[in-house]
Amino acid sequence: MNRLEPVSFDTSVPGRRGCVLPPLDVAEKAVASLLPGEMLRREPACLPELSEVDVVRHFTRLSQKNFAVDEGFYPLGSCTMKYNPKCNEDAARLPGFALAHPLQGAEFSQGALRLMYELTEMLTEITGMAGVSLQPAAGAHGELTGIMIIRAYHRHRGDEKRTKILIPDTAHGTNPASAALAGYDVVEVASDRRGNVDLDALREAMDDRVAGIMLTNPNTLGLFEETITDVADIVHGKGGLLYYDGANFNAILGKVRPGDMGFDVIHLNLHKSFSTPHGGGGPGSGPVGVGETLLPFLPVPLVRKCGDRYEFDEDRPLSVGKVRSFYGNFGVLVRAYAYILSMGAEGLREVAHNAVLNANYLMALLKERFLLPYDRTCKHEFVLSGKRQHDSGGVSTLDMAKALMDYGFHPPTIYFPLVVEEAMMIEPTETEGKETLDVFAKALCSIADEAEKNPEGVKTAPHSTFVARPDETAAARKPVLRWRREE
Amino acid sequence: MMAKVQEGLFYTETHEWVRVEGRKAWIGVTDFAQHAMGDVVYVELPEVGRTVSKGDDFCVVESVKGANDVYAPLSGKVVEVNDALEDSPERVNEDAYGSWIAILELSDPSESAQLLTWEAYRTFVAETERKEG
Repeated sequence: MNRLEPVSFDTSVPGRRGCVLPPLDVAEKAVASLLPGEMLRREPACLPELSEVDVVRHFTRLSQKNFAVDEGFYPLGSCTMKYNPKCNEDAARLPGFALAHPLQGAEFSQGALRLMYELTEMLTEITGMAGVSLQPAAGAHGELTGIMIIRAYHRHRGDEKRTKILIPDTAHGTNPASAALAGYDVVEVASDRRGNVDLDALREAMDDRVAGIMLTNPNTLGLFEETITDVADIVHGKGGLLYYDGANFNAILGKVRPGDMGFDVIHLNLHKSFSTPHGGGGPGSGPVGVGETLLPFLPVPLVRKCGDRYEFDEDRPLSVGKVRSFYGNFGVLVRAYAYILSMGAEGLREVAHNAVLNANYLMALLKERFLLPYDRTCKHEFVLSGKRQHDSGGVSTLDMAKALMDYGFHPPTIYFPLVVEEAMMIEPTETEGKETLDVFAKALCSIADEAEKNPEGVKTAPHSTFVARPDETAAARKPVLRWRREE
Repeated sequence: MMAKVQEGLFYTETHEWVRVEGRKAWIGVTDFAQHAMGDVVYVELPEVGRTVSKGDDFCVVESVKGANDVYAPLSGKVVEVNDALEDSPERVNEDAYGSWIAILELSDPSESAQLLTWEAYRTFVAETERKEG
C-alpha cells in the first residue's frame, strides 16, 4: 500500500487488452473515409495498454490513498465534514432524477421542478428570508451572486456612489475575493478582544459609500457575533446591506435565522450544512436567499407553482440574470432535499445542538494543553493556538497537524483564521460520538507531550504515510502539471 | 535573529526598500518581509507604463504562506520590471536587496523625504521583532 502509484502510462505493455472483440462481420472501412481530414490524428494517441484487472487495481489503490469522512474523523474547521447519510445517495440515484436531461423541458420534468420548488420553500423558511435561488454552484459562487444582487439593488435606486464592501478581519478569504470580483473595493474591519466585530471600527468605516458588509455568524473563530443587531443597525442606518456567509450555518440550524438577525442577502452551502459529499472540488451548491426588497434581483429562472403544475419563471426584468448553465447542481439539491425531509425540523435543531456540544466538549478537553486565545463558549468550532509548543520546543502547528495523520485523523484547518498565530481550527460536527472526540483529544495531547520530549519526532511526522512531507515550495515554484512521455 | 537592513536605502513601514537615483527609484521588499513571507513562489510584476500613487497596491508577491500586497513607496510611472523574478522568484529570499521588482520614474522626487532612513527602519524592525518575540 505504502508506495507511490505509477501512472498507468508507465505500466502499459504493448498489445495488452482489457477485452477481446469478435472478428468484424462487415467490411472494414478506412477511418479517413469516415471522418474529415482535419479531424484525424497525425500521431497515435499512445493510450496505456492494460488488462482489466490492471485498471481495476490501479484505481482501487488510488482510491485507498484518499482520506474520507467515511473512513475517519475529519475535523477540518469551517468545512463541516459531517457524515453524509447514504439515503441521500439513494434518492439522488433514482432514475427519474439521475437520468433527467436539462433540455427535456418543464412539461417532462414536473417531479424535478417540484423538488426544486419545495426545497426553495424549505430553505426560505429555515433562513427566514423571502425567496431563494438554487442556481449558484458552490459557496463562493453564491457570494458573488449575492454581491451582484446588492450592486443591482443600489444601482436600481440610482445610488452609484457606493464602491466599498466591509469585511471583518476574521472572514474567509473568499469574501474579499467575491467583493473584488463584483467590482467593489474591500475595506477590512477589525475584531475586538472578544472576537466580535469591533463596533467603533465599524462606525468609523461605515458611510454612504459602503454598499454592504459581509459577515459569517458564527464567525471563523467559532464565536457568535453577540452584537449582530447593533451591526445591522449601524450598517442599515447608513443605507448599506448585510450579507450572510452561510459557511457556519451548521451552528445555528433551527435555532436562529439570518433573516431575523437583520441580514438582507445570504448564501448556504448545501454541501456542508445539508450534508452532501464535498471536498476535492465539488460539486457543491450555494443557494442565495434574499429579503423582500431584493426579490426582483434574484437570478432567473425561478421555479413557480401554478395550480398543481410547476414552471420556470423567466420574466423577471430586474434580475441579475442567469449565473449558471441550466438549474444549478441538481444532484446536490436532491441530496439536500432528502436530508431535510429525513431530519425534520426537530432533527435539524438537534444538528445545531450536537455540533455546538461536541465543539465545546472538545475545546474543554484541549484548553489546558493548548493556548485558547478566545476563551468563550464556542459554537460549532473553535480555534486553538500552537504558540505554546512553538515557543518552547520549536514544534509548529504544521508539525502537530502532520503528526495527527499518524493517529489516523485528518488534520484540522491550520494557520486560519489569520488573527490567531499558529492557529488550529477544529470543527468536530454533530455526527461524531463522544468516544471519537476522546480519542482525538488524547492524540493531540500525546503530540503535545511528544513536542516537549522529542520535538524532532514531531517535526519529521507523519511517519506512516507513503509521502511524509511534499516539497510545497518546489511544487509551487516549478509545478509539474501533467505527465509527459520521456523521450 | 535581526533581519538585515542595508545602509543607504530608504524604507517603508510596510517593508519595501527604495533606492533613489535622481528621478528614478528601484523598489523591492526587505529582508524582514521575505523572512516573514517565507519561500516566495511567484512575483506578479507590475505593468510597465502603469502610473501609481504612493500607497497604492503595486504588485503581489506570493509565498507558500499566502499572497502579499506590495505598496508603492513613492508616486510615479513604472518604467522597467525585473523579468528575472518571473522564472526565479526564490531570488527574493536569497537576496532581498539585490532583487529589485520595478523601477519607477518619480513624479515627485521630494516625496522620498517621507520615507524611513535606514537607521530609522533598523530601529522600527528591532522594535517589531521585540514585540513579536
